[in-house]
Amino acid sequence: MLAFAIRRAFQSFIVLLVVGLVAFSMFNFVGDPIDNMLGQERTGADIERLRVQLGLDQPFPVQYYRFLEGAVQGNFGISYRQGRPVSEVISERLPATLELAFVSAVLAVIFGVALGVFTAIRRNGWAANTIMTLSLIGVSLPTFLIGILLIYLFAVELGWLPSFGRGDVVDLGWWRTGLLTQSGLKALILPAITLGLYQMTLIMRLVRSEMLEVLRQDYIRFARARGLRDKSVYFRHALKNTLVPVITVTGMQLGAIIAFAIITETVFQWPGVGLLFINAIRFVDIPVMAAYLMLISVMFVSINLIVDLLYFAIDPRLRLDRRGGEK
Amino acid sequence: MANALGETFSRAWKSDFMWSFRRTPVAIISFIVALTLILGAVLAPMIAPHNPFDPATLNLMNGFSVPMEPNQFTGETFWLGTDDQGRDVFSTILFGMRVSLFVGFAAVAFAMTLGVTLGLIAGYVGGWIGALIMRIADVQLTFPGILVAMLIFGIAKGFTPIDQRDEMAIWVLIIAIGLSEWVQFARVVRGATMVEKNKEYVQAARLNGRSSAGIMLRHILPNVLGPVLVIATISLALAIIAEATLSFLGVGAPPTQPSLGTLIRIGQGFLFSGEWWIILFPSITLLALALSVNLLGDWLRDVLNPRLR
Repeated sequence: MLAFAIRRAFQSFIVLLVVGLVAFSMFNFVGDPIDNMLGQERTGADIERLRVQLGLDQPFPVQYYRFLEGAVQGNFGISYRQGRPVSEVISERLPATLELAFVSAVLAVIFGVALGVFTAIRRNGWAANTIMTLSLIGVSLPTFLIGILLIYLFAVELGWLPSFGRGDVVDLGWWRTGLLTQSGLKALILPAITLGLYQMTLIMRLVRSEMLEVLRQDYIRFARARGLRDKSVYFRHALKNTLVPVITVTGMQLGAIIAFAIITETVFQWPGVGLLFINAIRFVDIPVMAAYLMLISVMFVSINLIVDLLYFAIDPRLRLDRRGGEK
Repeated sequence: MANALGETFSRAWKSDFMWSFRRTPVAIISFIVALTLILGAVLAPMIAPHNPFDPATLNLMNGFSVPMEPNQFTGETFWLGTDDQGRDVFSTILFGMRVSLFVGFAAVAFAMTLGVTLGLIAGYVGGWIGALIMRIADVQLTFPGILVAMLIFGIAKGFTPIDQRDEMAIWVLIIAIGLSEWVQFARVVRGATMVEKNKEYVQAARLNGRSSAGIMLRHILPNVLGPVLVIATISLALAIIAEATLSFLGVGAPPTQPSLGTLIRIGQGFLFSGEWWIILFPSITLLALALSVNLLGDWLRDVLNPRLR
């Protein structure tokens, strides 16, 4: 176990180093920082002085090391577009994205598990079949079209919910939350559904197929033979045994939710890091792009690492023949 | 001559492949839909009622025409209505599909070439090169494709001089989407190559003194093409959606060469003022295109390689 954990952690570390190299190269090769900082009237001496001051005269590995040192401390320089430190811009927008991602994930798990159990129990009922067909269509719809559709229905036609923004926020000092105001909660509904829908269908299909698999087994038949009620058989016996893969997939999908938040945030003009990233791409704001890349990589890699380790700890069968880190 | 052609045709018609096709209504419908859309895109300059990019043919008075109703000023009727500038929505969709499909096909071709080459090398040569290729693939798989594509798009945009960004956008898009999709090809080809390379025909070819490159291209490649074709079809659907998403987000096709995604982006602005047709019809077209290609891919997978399920 320990050896596996160390090897896996080491691999994650290497991945982060590589991503860091990509982010660093973006700084280095896309545009010239000296050009960005000095005006038209510059002399060779100015350039040389700034070069030394910025440490650009150092060899590549030294520069890379300095970049990593800064990155670990959350220092990514100044946004070209906003003229403020990137860390400040990002930390001010991160709560919005995390709240959106969290609510989406919770919705996806609750509805995904509930619908999965339902469609497994009523396997051939019309309601279950309808849900399965709808989920197929839902998977093929691009996220942004789902968002537009919801906006059209609930904001334009019915006028029940706002179509953009985050509503009123409450400042808790270090965290600005929209979860405590009515308008904040209302504004959250449509983006959260849009973002969570894909993961919901994924969890639903997974729960359904796992349930069908489990319900076929002998201990379920035995539980029925003992005269247990349906509810007890389905939830106490069957559902419990489907939860390991569900937890894993949900964990893995957390990263995807944060990444796909870029699309949802743009559709709903949600003031999170995803929208920030898209605007950074459009205006080639390299420091913001690099910082977002590092941020999301750390999230992805640590989520994957935790899920892998958890999986390994929960399911003893995997310990025998699993090669480290292979998916 | 006609006889030989007829013979070939009837043999193809009786093959397992065609038999399965004729037995699968979903495949037939998807094929017809996809073919119609592709033909529409290819023949756009001939069948489009207007050229939406020729300002001389546009009449601002035609702006916001409702579908199937004569315009209140000019009396002209447009099947699918017009946008704010008086551009016929039907024509912009036809031309938009050209961009979408061009980017889709080119990106898949690029991803396929890259993925198959690297997969063959990783599978046949192996060693540290193979290990390195597969590690890169693993790392890339950790991130969703769309994120990778966005990032590459952003970096490439930084490299292009500002006055050429619009012209280069399409090519940058192709490279970005292509690079985000090569992994699937590489993985499948590597797996298949590792199986094939121990078979007798490969050993025989090696004894004949063929070079490694020759063996990979002439002997192994034809035998791993089945799954590659399946992945290519599914990738095409993914690439079309990826392109639409990027363009919708404003980091894809430029306004001068709008794709379906750009049209939807433009149409979103008119949703609140009640001009629903500007966004609805491009969206339906995108859905029909992606869905039909996707369903064709599913069917191909079942026919060509049941193991991939």
